Amino acid sequence: MSQAHAHSQDHGHHDQESLKQFGFWLFMITDVILFATLFATFVVLRGNTASGPIGAELIEMNGIIISTFILLTSSFTSGLALLSMNKGDKKGLILWLAISALLGLSFIYLEVNEFIHLVHEGANIGTSAYWSAFFTLVGTHGLHVSLGIVWMTAIIIQLAKRGITPVTKRKVNIISLYWHFLDAVWIFVFSIVYLMEVM
Amino acid sequence: MRPVFRKLGAVLSIALLLVLTGCSSEQYFVLDPKGPIASAQKDLILITVLICTVIAIPVFIITAVIVWRYRDRPNRKASYTPEWEHSTKLELTWWGIPIIAIIILAVVTVNYTYKLEPSYAIQSDKEPIEIQVTSLDWKWLFTYPEQGIATINYVQMPVDTPVRFKLTSDMAMNSFWIPSLGGQLYTMSGMAMTLHLLADEEGVYYGSGANFTGEHFAQMTFDTNVTSQEEFDAWVDEVKATATALTEEDVQKLKEQGTHEVAQYSSFPENVFYDIMMQYVEDGEEGAHAHHATTSEDAEGSDHSEHQHH
Amino acid sequence: MLETIKEFASEFFVTGDPLILGAQVSIALAMVAIVFVLTYFKKWRWLWTDWLTTVDHKKIGIMYIICAILMLFRGGVDALLMRVQLAAPELEFLHADHYNAIFTTHGVIMILFMAMPLMFGLFNIIVPLQLGARDVAFPFLNSFSFWMFFVGAMLFNLSFVIGGSPDAGWLAYPPLSERTGSPGVGQDFYIWGIQLSGVGSLASGINFVVTILKMRAPGMKLMKMPMFSWSVLASSVTIMFAFPILTVTLFLLFLDRYLGAHFFTVDAGGNPMMYLNLIWMWGHPEVYIVVLPAFGIFSEVVATFSKKKIFGYKSMVFALMSISFFSFFTWAHHFFTMGSGANVNAFFAVTTMIIAIPTGVKVFNWLFTMYRGKLSFPTPMMWAIAFIPCFVVGGMTGVMLSVAPADFQFHNSYFLIAHFHQVLIGGVVFGYFAGLYYWWPKMFGFKLHEGLGKWAFWFWNIGFYVCFMPQYALGLMGMTRRFNEYNFDMGWQPLNVVSTIGAFLMGIAFLFQVWQIAHSIRFLKKDTSGDNWGQGRTLEWSIPSPAPFYNFARTPKVVAQDDWWEKQQRRERGEADPAEVIAADTAPLEPIHMPKNSGIPIIMSGFWFVAGFGFVWDWKWMIVLGLAGVIVTMLARSFNFNDDYYVPVEEIERIEAAAARGAN
Repeated sequence: MSQAHAHSQDHGHHDQESLKQFGFWLFMITDVILFATLFATFVVLRGNTASGPIGAELIEMNGIIISTFILLTSSFTSGLALLSMNKGDKKGLILWLAISALLGLSFIYLEVNEFIHLVHEGANIGTSAYWSAFFTLVGTHGLHVSLGIVWMTAIIIQLAKRGITPVTKRKVNIISLYWHFLDAVWIFVFSIVYLMEVM
Repeated sequence: MRPVFRKLGAVLSIALLLVLTGCSSEQYFVLDPKGPIASAQKDLILITVLICTVIAIPVFIITAVIVWRYRDRPNRKASYTPEWEHSTKLELTWWGIPIIAIIILAVVTVNYTYKLEPSYAIQSDKEPIEIQVTSLDWKWLFTYPEQGIATINYVQMPVDTPVRFKLTSDMAMNSFWIPSLGGQLYTMSGMAMTLHLLADEEGVYYGSGANFTGEHFAQMTFDTNVTSQEEFDAWVDEVKATATALTEEDVQKLKEQGTHEVAQYSSFPENVFYDIMMQYVEDGEEGAHAHHATTSEDAEGSDHSEHQHH
Repeated sequence: MLETIKEFASEFFVTGDPLILGAQVSIALAMVAIVFVLTYFKKWRWLWTDWLTTVDHKKIGIMYIICAILMLFRGGVDALLMRVQLAAPELEFLHADHYNAIFTTHGVIMILFMAMPLMFGLFNIIVPLQLGARDVAFPFLNSFSFWMFFVGAMLFNLSFVIGGSPDAGWLAYPPLSERTGSPGVGQDFYIWGIQLSGVGSLASGINFVVTILKMRAPGMKLMKMPMFSWSVLASSVTIMFAFPILTVTLFLLFLDRYLGAHFFTVDAGGNPMMYLNLIWMWGHPEVYIVVLPAFGIFSEVVATFSKKKIFGYKSMVFALMSISFFSFFTWAHHFFTMGSGANVNAFFAVTTMIIAIPTGVKVFNWLFTMYRGKLSFPTPMMWAIAFIPCFVVGGMTGVMLSVAPADFQFHNSYFLIAHFHQVLIGGVVFGYFAGLYYWWPKMFGFKLHEGLGKWAFWFWNIGFYVCFMPQYALGLMGMTRRFNEYNFDMGWQPLNVVSTIGAFLMGIAFLFQVWQIAHSIRFLKKDTSGDNWGQGRTLEWSIPSPAPFYNFARTPKVVAQDDWWEKQQRRERGEADPAEVIAADTAPLEPIHMPKNSGIPIIMSGFWFVAGFGFVWDWKWMIVLGLAGVIVTMLARSFNFNDDYYVPVEEIERIEAAAARGAN
């Protein structure tokens, strides 16, 4: 009885799932505005280095290129995870999600290393307006990625326990959406913060 | 019924406002201009009030009439059309009239925005004098680079002479306002904002800070003394002869938090305005403020063009 | 040891002011009293299961409204204190720093902790009912939004007695609000109180957009949706685009203060002007966020009590959406005098004027709704009619301010204060009062006493004009805002005295409202009929008052704009409903899918409170504890797959029958 319901009378489970996915798209719009504000702040303040170190002096592009490659790959592997899921392949889904999370973790590890290096070289968040904006923009992206890794891990555990259901499907759809979104933001970070600085 | 009295009350309030507008009591500084900038601003205010009132008064009358006529009572004679909800003609009217009014106002506004831009010099036969204004917590320091003297918490200037105020701040963002002469302009650390004013009548005018800067913000009022050229020159000579010098130590003390007496000084440390302005800007820094910054030697500042003095 | 404790206590608690001491003592006593009452009447369980863990939009709405009324009280007292201080020149009633804290808290509370929750309260209670839905799209998130607002408000209010209130103005401009200008913790309480509450607002914005776009009853196309719901959509979309800017700006100010960053400092390349731009890019849309729903309420009230369709529905919808859109392009009019130059000022002056057009159009549409209608004047309608002249004048002065070169004489003067109070009180407050009075019987099943309501109405209106009309004049006399005192020679006292009298009249009005609520509860005349005013037009009036927890036993089928009104008209004419309506109204009852209550929102918000408090005092252990708790509760939510249930048919039948009995 509980499964049989008329579409027009009830917002059943599957409606809930598409509702949640739609809601997440809206959330991402707000996250775009959030990052846009940080980018705008960065662009306005990028020249304000207060006779301290400038980005071009301290940025190590090799590391950044590696990080970028890692993050892009993790976005690709999360796409593979989705393909597995749509084929009903639970093992493949979990495997590719785990790889994506590990790649994400490597990305964070490299970023933390980069930050430590910068601080050692005399550039911390309080050095000048430029560095405040740099660390905040790049760091906010890193924070988003870190939260994503925790979230992805949680979903992996839930998948292991419950398998592929309408609810877990929705969760995987959403986390992979989030993951691709962070990748897109990174393209902008890479171009505007790093590439434009060293060119 | 009673809601009609609401409308009456509103109309009366506006009437009161308009009456007060007509009132040229000296206390209404904004409506009693003593210089061409304030005068132009007053004209602008009156034009705006007129355009707005032309629309607002009919709205009040229509409201009162409708509320009265269509109230639900036993022997009501007015028609009742519960489904009527569209009329292209009416829509065009009440989209059209506000659009036209706003276009008129926009044209006037844009015109005056350029005319009254504070950084534009005021056209006059007289040479402009420059007065540097520094807002500190919680006092005003005025330095007169051409005369070599300084005052605290009052400013003096000759009548009919364009004054080019250069504004900066020691720290907090304040605003420099002499309502009888014209509008205000923010004072900010790291830059010298340019405000041109001119007084065409001798007198003592009220001035104050106009952007909140903390505990004793209310103490940041000052007098603006407008005198004849001869009196102004005599005053300068007197200050030079009798007042003490403003030393570096005095300047450091001024930067400490607190209010200050009205005072004058026969001299001030060279470049004191520039030094205060740039104290947080590193040497060689090319910050966002660069295009506003100016040195004390640059008497022309960032004037872009001139506008009429009438 | 004792010395350290004493020293800590004197920093931690605000000392040295009898008013604040009184507040501290009252708060402590009140908390003890609440705990005592709850324990004595054994109501802890009830409190937890029925209110603290509820995800029911109607209950959440009521909690929002209760908080808003309490905050209206505190904000109002702030106002009265200021008006007393200004009633005479150089009065020493309030010390300068105390006065500065009071105008700061007055502003923050009235906009963020009074107007916003009142607004969300009305959104919550009414929108699902108007749409024919059983709840909002995300009930759990809805609860989370409320509790984040609550802890944010608590943090902010706590600063009054612990650590000290912020005192750099309601928008906290740097450099004044940086560590150098505001060394105390007040500014940090400000940041975290608003930040946490803002997260709740953003989530609500998303929630209501999804609800309105996806959960309307079958047949309710967007262009058949009630005007209030349209205004909620416009407001919620604006929230979605504006609040992330606030989140970032407060975060950057926090980084400046907490980690020594240089976003808005005067040194090391910081740019205070950037803050003004960012904060007003949020701040201007914010005032439209609060006023658009008021417009929506007026549309409902005016149409209902004119017994007539809202005039120009399409035009009204277009006006709402264009106001929302244009509100993002006007922000620089808040700082014409910062010296951006003629090009920038001219642009923003024009965009600001443009917004006046759709707003004016709405006024005409309301008037022509009343034209050839059958008008009655219960309290909600009186508020709607009083709004018209008040808001038109307020809009007029807004247009005056938008003339950039003239604004150089108005900016930061009492002329500005009078303008924004006029549009906020005349528009937002009048509107929300109209909504509160209009929908009160739907929320609680009894009407508020009309007579007392009328007394409150007149005191509010007369008090408003007496308080604020003189302030326009004071602005023209050169009186600057945020002055805690003034000189006798300025001649400002007479008008200030008049203004103070007006403020107290509004205070009396508030007392009448409190009396009205208490009296109505005490002598309540139950009216559970559902269509409490007898002339309802929209779906919320088609179900009992208060609504059963599932709202609609059967999902309605909508065929027209003002669907309930049309149904009643068909009844009167003896016409039958269309076949699909009959089918929907007589369909067999089915189990209703409802969300379960959850303790996670209040607990997670509690952990955010802990983290925020830790950040304010820089107690690292507390920060870690708070943030860890947030993550744990978030994971608990993620791992919870059992968050819904079905209401059995027997229960629905029972409730419907009881409601039918109560209505007769």
